[in-house]
Amino acid sequence: MATQSITVTVNGQAYTRDVEPRLLLVHLIRDELGLTGTHIGCDTSHCGACTVLLDGKSIKACTFLAVQANGRNVQTIEGLAEGAALHPLQEGFHEKHGLQCGFCTPGMIMRAVEMLERNPTPSEEDIRWGISGNLCRCTGYVNIIKAIQYAADKMAEPAEAN
Amino acid sequence: MIPASFQYHAPASLSEAFSLLKTHGPDAKLLSGGQSLLPMMKLRLAEPGHLIDLNGIRSLYFIREVNGHLRLGALTSEAFLSRSKIVGRIAPILHDTGKHIADPQVRNLGTIGGNLAHGDPGNDHPATMLALNASVVAMSSSGTRTIAIQDFFMGFYETALEEDEILTEIIIPTPPAGSGGTYLKLERKVGDYATVGVAAQVSLDGDGMCVRAGLGLTNVSYVPVHATAAEARLVGSALSDTDIDAAANLAAEASDPSTDLRGSEEYKRAMVRVLTRRALRIAADRAQS
Repeated sequence: MATQSITVTVNGQAYTRDVEPRLLLVHLIRDELGLTGTHIGCDTSHCGACTVLLDGKSIKACTFLAVQANGRNVQTIEGLAEGAALHPLQEGFHEKHGLQCGFCTPGMIMRAVEMLERNPTPSEEDIRWGISGNLCRCTGYVNIIKAIQYAADKMAEPAEAN
Repeated sequence: MIPASFQYHAPASLSEAFSLLKTHGPDAKLLSGGQSLLPMMKLRLAEPGHLIDLNGIRSLYFIREVNGHLRLGALTSEAFLSRSKIVGRIAPILHDTGKHIADPQVRNLGTIGGNLAHGDPGNDHPATMLALNASVVAMSSSGTRTIAIQDFFMGFYETALEEDEILTEIIIPTPPAGSGGTYLKLERKVGDYATVGVAAQVSLDGDGMCVRAGLGLTNVSYVPVHATAAEARLVGSALSDTDIDAAANLAAEASDPSTDLRGSEEYKRAMVRVLTRRALRIAADRAQS
């Protein structure tokens, strides 16, 4: 089957690849680009482990074709930290023990990035609805909610004067 | 899971899409949000030889109010719809409906047009569109036609769209003052298909009499159900408890559910009755406020 040339910007870096149209975005990210922070859980768009940002919007990368991402911006968990400085969400999951096995964590965090972008001061209920497309099989939701609240509080703090 | 091989086309205009459809017709599938189609392709329930991706056609994204009608471009995403103030003002029932469709990530991609054109009786918008007396616009290279929503759902995953047609737009008559509606969905867990879903929309006159009623049911037959006998029972009534109970019974009779993992036929029919009653009370309250 014929391949198609696509250029996708992932975490700020442009990658050009020849791909089969049926290649899923999650496989491009993991297998072609070697960015394995994006996980494959259910492979049926239920669990949210493969959540990434496409032009800032959270999507499930197992239910999106790589060719559809041609010319667009993708952000994965690897693109969140700035050097050694963790993103407030990463810090929140660390501080509040927002993970047990950690498998759902990258998807949870990428989903929460968009959620906080749209609603910087979410209530607990907002957060529960916000992560309703992400499953944690350790069922550690309580601390995940605390982790997201931690990040929201942290991001609301005025930037420190330099 | 990986779909079977296909050729991918990304037309930038409707006319390009029409000519691709003409060439590949029976072997082509149209891709909008892809949140139903891609899972079906991964499961090999669908194996199109050609995939025509509509997402590059900018003219299919819009929400506007024109001459007493709310007009929605087919590629309007569920997420965009749920944030739209125009939609909230004219047809808040659409916000109730969208909230229960899948989950936030799926709603970022899933579209209103795809939700209808897929013809899945488990999808939520068909019932709401029946309640709102909507119509859809179908375009092809040979012309444009408007299809009333009650004539659109022909069978299980089967709509009135011809092979060369694309659903481009949804038209909803703006409900008059004194109208209210809601969508209620019973589901096993967040994001599941409905065990039962009920869309209710009513309009009252100045004396509180019902002048129009719309009732649509989700996932209780092989097609979305338009509960016309129940609607007729409500028109001309004051929506008293007796009127609402009678309509709820008629809605349950109009449903034709199958026993499956979500419940028995008897249970689902009973839930149609309960949800119809609740939805009509909320609709009536909203119409009065």
